[in-house]
Amino acid sequence: MSYEAVIGLEVHSQLLTNSKVFCGCSTKFGAEANTQVCPVCLGMPGTLPVLNKTAVEYAVKMALATHCKVNDKSIFARKNYFYPDLPKGYQISQYNEPLTQKGYIDIQVNGAEKRIGITRIHMEEDAGKLLHGESYEDADSSFVDLNRAGVPLIEIVSEPDIRTSDEAVEYLKALRDILVYLEICDGNMEEGSFRCDANVSVRPVGQKEFGTKAELKNMNSFRFIQKAIEYEINRQIEVIEDGGKVIQETRLFDSDKGITVSMRSKEEAHDYRYFPEPDLLPLQIDETWIEEIKRTLPELPAEKRERFVKEYDIPSYDAGVLTATKELANYYEDCVKKYEGQGPAPAGFKQGAKGKGQEILPPKVVSNWIMGELLRLLKEDGKDIAQPSAFSIQPSVFVKLLNMVDAGTINLKTAKEVFEEVYKTGKNPESIVKGKGLVQVSDEGALIKVIDDMLAASPKELADYKAGKEKLFSFFIGQTMKATKGQANPQMLNKLLQERLAK
Amino acid sequence: MAITKKDVEHVAVLARLALSEQEIKLYTEQMANILSYVEKLRALDTRVVESTAYTTSTNTVFRKDEMKPSLPQEGILSNAPEKAKGCFKVPRIIE
Repeated sequence: MSYEAVIGLEVHSQLLTNSKVFCGCSTKFGAEANTQVCPVCLGMPGTLPVLNKTAVEYAVKMALATHCKVNDKSIFARKNYFYPDLPKGYQISQYNEPLTQKGYIDIQVNGAEKRIGITRIHMEEDAGKLLHGESYEDADSSFVDLNRAGVPLIEIVSEPDIRTSDEAVEYLKALRDILVYLEICDGNMEEGSFRCDANVSVRPVGQKEFGTKAELKNMNSFRFIQKAIEYEINRQIEVIEDGGKVIQETRLFDSDKGITVSMRSKEEAHDYRYFPEPDLLPLQIDETWIEEIKRTLPELPAEKRERFVKEYDIPSYDAGVLTATKELANYYEDCVKKYEGQGPAPAGFKQGAKGKGQEILPPKVVSNWIMGELLRLLKEDGKDIAQPSAFSIQPSVFVKLLNMVDAGTINLKTAKEVFEEVYKTGKNPESIVKGKGLVQVSDEGALIKVIDDMLAASPKELADYKAGKEKLFSFFIGQTMKATKGQANPQMLNKLLQERLAK
Repeated sequence: MAITKKDVEHVAVLARLALSEQEIKLYTEQMANILSYVEKLRALDTRVVESTAYTTSTNTVFRKDEMKPSLPQEGILSNAPEKAKGCFKVPRIIE
């Protein structure tokens, strides 16, 4: 029998506010333990939470960006449970009446578009952090750091629309891109500012009812999420095939073994006894405020991608790569504008064109350079392309190099070496070319001499060629390139060599 | 809604309370009394009244996203039965 998986994802994202959601403690990551805690987030009797307006604004931004309906009234609720990282004995969250509901995002999976529904987005506070493990010698204890307790979160709950681990990962990447574009979450999975739980079940293809689901936790990278979901799907299918039943439970992903393991927690723990938080009034959001927030929304990744394809006439693959971060997209646009602004180059943008006289338009030339060269170098250096500082080559300098290729001053191969040098040293491409004597040999007389010398040194090949072994043409090209240290103008070399051989 | 012994036991487990048989009996009665007292509200016709959990009708109160000083670490930990490494120390929680 063949099965299909049904997957729903719950994403917790930390909002990038300066202070916590209900008190003025700092939210900064990495401070010394328990130095960003006050009586409110410590849950002392007699204290009262007061809602951070910016946190609400950020949550509304995400709602608008994911086509959700923002409720004019929502309610905070207490979710009651005991855990050492939860000082109050309850977490302030939202339950029956969340901030926002019923949205969607569109994702691209293997070239096809798919719409994933968003059930709801609600606000809540984060819990503290439990520390244990090797660096905490004491094997019988855990250590509680409450700096994170009270940091604002939004929980984004998807509809069970996801069918494969690929879709899950694309959905998460798209969500994270939106959050980062909106500048409301840094999207850092390792530091836990973007976390995901997955509800996974399987059913025979064609069956309408859902199977019993397991909730997967403890996956802190896209790769782990993919592996955990794949493992879980196969595990559940095996259980069913063996005549067993999947039980509803929470399972933790063990990244060392690549498997999921049952938490075996008591069912009782799931009785959260939600009730309205009496210390916080209903959250009212009026239309005017929503409109105000709407006006501050930036262009989102999907819109930008679409615009790049239309405006610059580049493949959607390129557009996807170039819009991975706002900073990269901005850099690309700056370079294209500079390059196009100069009018057509003398050589007619023939860079990289595979002969045939096919023109490559300036935006695609820039795209090729950024994807092929710049991103490779940035990756080798482990640079973060979400930082403007990664793009240290000024667009004007970038374009100068392209101009040198267009003008025939250097060939493409040399240009790539120069580009790397510019990237590493910050030097001007012109001075690098001059300093290293890299100027392309475009002097006909000089090139003819090199060709003649080369032919004179290869009498056997020349005779074979004349006898009909035309494949040797590329041998001659290679030899000449070698003699000119790769600096011969390829088009000119081609033409001249043909002329010399025809003699 | 009648409160049963089972309800009291359930709530006691959730609240981490170890109750004696005698206490369970006592609380079953007391909780039943409280609920039946509140039941009196049913006598009122509330069909036109919107349900609420709040007794005030003020608008949402916000604060600006501004940092305020936190307490010093010693202060935070001063009530902790056990502490170490700047943290509250608790029995190991295994996940």
